[in-house]
Amino acid sequence: MGRTLAEKVWEQHVVRRADGEPDLLYIDLHLIHEVTSPQAFDGLRLNGRTVRRPDLTIATEDHNVPTVLGPIADPVSRTQVETLRKNAAEFGIRLHPMGDAGQGVVHIIGPQFGLTQPGMTIVCGDSHTSTHGAFGAIAFGIGTSEVEHVLATQTLPAYRPKTMAIEVKGELPVGVTAKDLILAIIAKIGTGGGQGHIVEYRGEAVRKLSMEGRMTVCNMSIEAGARAGMIAPDETTFEYLRGRPHAPKGEAWDQAVAYWKTLRTDDDAVFDKVVEIDASTLTPYVTWGTNPGQGAPLGSTVPSPEQFDDPVERAAAERALEYMGLTPGTPLRDIRVDTVFVGSCTNGRLEDLRAAAEILRGRKVVTRTLIVPGSMGVKKAAEEEGLHEIFKAAGAEWREAGCSMCLGMNPDTLKPGERSASTSNRNFEGRQGKGGRTHLVSPQVAAATAVTGRLTAPADL
Amino acid sequence: MEAFTTHTGRAVPLRRSNVDTDQIIPAVWLKQVSRTGFEKGLFAAWREDPSFVLNNPAYEGASILVSGPDFGTGSSREHAVWALQQYGFRVVISPRFGDIFRNNATKMGLLPVVLPEDVVGRLQDAAEADPKTEITVDLVERQVRSGDLVVPFEIDDYTRWRLMEGLDDIGLTLRHADAIEAYENGRQPWLPTTV
Ligand code: SF4
Repeated sequence: MGRTLAEKVWEQHVVRRADGEPDLLYIDLHLIHEVTSPQAFDGLRLNGRTVRRPDLTIATEDHNVPTVLGPIADPVSRTQVETLRKNAAEFGIRLHPMGDAGQGVVHIIGPQFGLTQPGMTIVCGDSHTSTHGAFGAIAFGIGTSEVEHVLATQTLPAYRPKTMAIEVKGELPVGVTAKDLILAIIAKIGTGGGQGHIVEYRGEAVRKLSMEGRMTVCNMSIEAGARAGMIAPDETTFEYLRGRPHAPKGEAWDQAVAYWKTLRTDDDAVFDKVVEIDASTLTPYVTWGTNPGQGAPLGSTVPSPEQFDDPVERAAAERALEYMGLTPGTPLRDIRVDTVFVGSCTNGRLEDLRAAAEILRGRKVVTRTLIVPGSMGVKKAAEEEGLHEIFKAAGAEWREAGCSMCLGMNPDTLKPGERSASTSNRNFEGRQGKGGRTHLVSPQVAAATAVTGRLTAPADL
Repeated sequence: MEAFTTHTGRAVPLRRSNVDTDQIIPAVWLKQVSRTGFEKGLFAAWREDPSFVLNNPAYEGASILVSGPDFGTGSSREHAVWALQQYGFRVVISPRFGDIFRNNATKMGLLPVVLPEDVVGRLQDAAEADPKTEITVDLVERQVRSGDLVVPFEIDDYTRWRLMEGLDDIGLTLRHADAIEAYENGRQPWLPTTV
């Protein structure tokens, strides 16, 4: 019987297999940031252990960093960042600190450097590691104990998750983006829908996505509960990688591509679970609630809890509407926002900024609008194209790279009761600051919303 | 990690679904570089509401959290596990867990127990009707018992053994250092390094 993409990549990395035990899996790349690593390094020191492969490890500062120039004001944040610097120096790990040209959100810089490649295993103490699956890698988030484990052994004991196919039929209509697609998928299968599975996104609409779009989709696999998300590599993948600093060169490139071409699910392979979704009927999607599964087409209204048959979902909807301060039946387009955020590892890449700029060109924003490039590399590329001038002329704030308003760990936060349209990935209670209310949207919807102050699609302008 | 064989304690009924790790421990608490002191951040935002179940003195000293489905979804922060343990929880029962949370919990010796939704509902009812209700979570027998309720739960043999012995994963893996080295010698030549 044939094998799925996930099975092929997994098998390639099994160091040791024994009956009744999890596989010992080799890890090709370990990404590190300041939040989930300090206790792991402490653990190493405590046990007299070293980092086995600093040359397969890379660190960046992203969660705590302010996105305006200057030092970190919060002493606790500063200590955390300084701790990473100390640890990276002590254990010989390459670090991209604040202000460095290579600094950025951990999931943006891996692909940017060409470190993320098809067929690899990639981990990071961060759930959105699933992003890297867009290249046909098995990439998943781990906790601090596992970070310590990978540092010490470059392996992880793990059971192979089940496999799930999400078949996206048809083509995305004009004006409908990768973000809308993944929000629609999560609304369909729910936040637990992918639990215990590696999802492979397949079908025509997925093949037509750019690498940036594929990363947006895979990024939010975790929001569907999946262990990881993957897309089989193809010419789009190879073209993206060609010439990047860490991509193979010369003969090694040809060898690699020949192998990468084998990384696809065999025709007779069987998935544990299959879900189909029709792309051609999709429209821009937004969330109305406090988990990413609580989303709906922008053209619809705030649902009423009674619409949910399942009592657990009904109770969750009731609670979410109360927290979000929304009344059932309100058209989503009537929802006013205080802040628009374009950025994060979901939508902080050059293509996302281009999309937002296209809408903001020659227009003015009426809300506080933060445009935050996902990395210093993205920032530089955007400025070379003059995107920053468009944003500034529209009245938006053009910031330094970081996680920014994706989570309330740095100075970019919502105040209690404030409402945002955000291109990030989580609308959890308090995610963007205590009491803040988040609507997840695409960069296009974010930009159009900044112009009107209400949730808006570009086509409405 | 502390070994886990069987535990008897009182339960806190948490009647919510999708209890994401941002709720279990909000992001501001993640700035700490130590491993202690996280109990103060446990459900920090929810605890500001006087009617939140953890603020009910009747549940003081309870050590088993009984939650609705999709507990521990979202962020990979192990701080969520540390906060629950440091607050005094030894077990979390839910119909479904986020994968990363579940992994983190078993690394630290906090036992995640999956039970069907109706059983979880009955345990919550019992803990609400009488906060003194005791629940026994028996890892040896893979069984949860309370009053006349006796229900089995699933956990793989390896994780169970590791929890019962209180074993550190890294030590176990390092026994296979030769296999790791052999694998490393056969890796594909084009794979990148960060140097
Ligand atoms: S941008 Fe947001 S989701 Fe991505 S790594 Fe940073 S905090 Fe996490």
